[in-house]
Amino acid sequence: MADAITIRSLTKRYEEGNSGTLALAGVDLTVSRGEVVLLMGPSGSGKTTLLSIMGCILRPTSGQVVLEGKDVTVMSEKDLPAVRLQHIGFVFQGFNLFPTLTAGENVELSLTLKGVHRRQAKDEARRLLDIVGIGEKYDSWPNNISGGQKQRVAIARAIAGSPEVLLADEPTAALDSHTGKNVVELMARLAHEENRAVVIVTHDSRLAEFADRIVRIEDGRVASAA
Amino acid sequence: MPPLARRNLFHDKVRLFVTLTGIAFSVVLMVVQWGLFQGFSTSTSSIIDNSGADLWVTAKNVAYIDQAIAFNERKYYQVLATPGVAQAAKYISRWSVWKEPNGRSESVDIVGFNPDIPLGGPWDMVAGDRQEVKRPNGVIIDKIYADKLAATHLEDHSEIAGFRARVVGFTNGIRAFTTAPYVFTTFKNAQDYTGFDADQTNFVLVKAAPGVDIKKLKADLKARLPDNDVFETAEFSAMTRHYWMFTTGAGVAVLMAAVLGLVVGVAVVAQTIYATTMDHIREYGTLKAMGAPNRYVLGVIMTQAALAAAMGYVIGMSISVFVVHGAAKGGANIMLTWQTAVMMLFLTIFMCMTAAVVSVNKIFSLDPVMVFKG
Repeated sequence: MADAITIRSLTKRYEEGNSGTLALAGVDLTVSRGEVVLLMGPSGSGKTTLLSIMGCILRPTSGQVVLEGKDVTVMSEKDLPAVRLQHIGFVFQGFNLFPTLTAGENVELSLTLKGVHRRQAKDEARRLLDIVGIGEKYDSWPNNISGGQKQRVAIARAIAGSPEVLLADEPTAALDSHTGKNVVELMARLAHEENRAVVIVTHDSRLAEFADRIVRIEDGRVASAA
Repeated sequence: MPPLARRNLFHDKVRLFVTLTGIAFSVVLMVVQWGLFQGFSTSTSSIIDNSGADLWVTAKNVAYIDQAIAFNERKYYQVLATPGVAQAAKYISRWSVWKEPNGRSESVDIVGFNPDIPLGGPWDMVAGDRQEVKRPNGVIIDKIYADKLAATHLEDHSEIAGFRARVVGFTNGIRAFTTAPYVFTTFKNAQDYTGFDADQTNFVLVKAAPGVDIKKLKADLKARLPDNDVFETAEFSAMTRHYWMFTTGAGVAVLMAAVLGLVVGVAVVAQTIYATTMDHIREYGTLKAMGAPNRYVLGVIMTQAALAAAMGYVIGMSISVFVVHGAAKGGANIMLTWQTAVMMLFLTIFMCMTAAVVSVNKIFSLDPVMVFKG
């Protein structure tokens, strides 16, 4: 399997006046395409910070992040949005759907941002909603669908444009356990069938059955990987 | 691209109502104040602009038309004798007192002209004609001031400075800048009504012969009349407007109110657009996290502002038209021209775009990492 993300000696320090907090203290990690990796660990251990850096949203203090063969840590700030747009899909704990757009339009927006023509984006959005199992909800407003359906819309939006990496932050936190399992199962299927790297930050150990690897983070370090 | 800007704008109907009310209010305020300014400005010089003259000969150092300084009418004959002059007419504009039959008095602005020469005098006549002033004591007033002067019908009588006056015609829409209405009459009557000596005049209006260079004729007249000033009509009009609008402070006050309308508009719209942006801040953060470039987010906010501007403008202009018509019936002169309407459209767009800048700055400085915080 090809490496999608390679992280070397990654540190992140948050400065607060004269003192500071070391959130990540020398993390090494590789995530391959077609692999589902769960990042687990106690609150404040640095999981979300690591995910933010992998997603090119947060800059590390030191170390290297190589995404699809490109060292993104040497890129300028203004080049990073394009990297996120082309290579990474995000799934958030609170879904973060646009409430003023329909489910289909939420997916369309992601596609048109990536340069897909509107007509084509409409058809592709329908196809993606079919893949996640809610094709009939294309014209539904986010407020009128269930939490599980919202997260499926968010996943369809995240995989729009076929990014190689899917990053999810507590994607099941707002869902009941059954729905949560279904959502992660879907993400695992998308990783295996479409050769995508999927990284999921979670506290929920019941999701372990869907993971190819579980990386435990404690005090900003990789405590174990299995 | 899905219509995010339009949907965001229409999503919260109450906020949209507040936004549009703010913009419409500003548009009405700006239109009314600018219209008042224009109306005042136009009325200060209307008798100059409608005189039909090319040049005005005045006493030395006269700064505006209402500064009525008399000079000897011999100058009139010198003007007539100047090559290039086709027609010339003595002309008076001076305040006097109109006494109604019931004893009430009103200040009036007496305008004395020669009805046989098409220079000076009334325009937009709706009853009688300018020749009627040749009848004994004949005067022409405007319909707008008929009630004020207690002369609502032809042949109504009154008294001006102790001399009899008889209404022989009405104009419609000749407003005075001050509270004193214009009363048009013959030059001879005007001399009586204003206390001028028989050999004195206020101005000499000049019509140049066809093909004559106005600037050269002006220079020739100045050379012949060293104790007088000579102005082109547009120049004298501008001097009069400038005096009333800026020297007295009246125009500045009106202009300031128009600027205030713009400032209030920017503040109201900025506040509402900012509040709308903050309502959707998480969505903008998501957009940035997804990799949307700043120019896309800028486009969303600016489109919202432009849509609000367009709708607020239409509502504001519609209200303004009613206000202007209502004000005209009440005697106020608020001018609303198509040029003003176009200017207001651009001002409204400018106002909304300026107001959106605060929100844009907020979005540009937004850290997309916020999307991971709960």
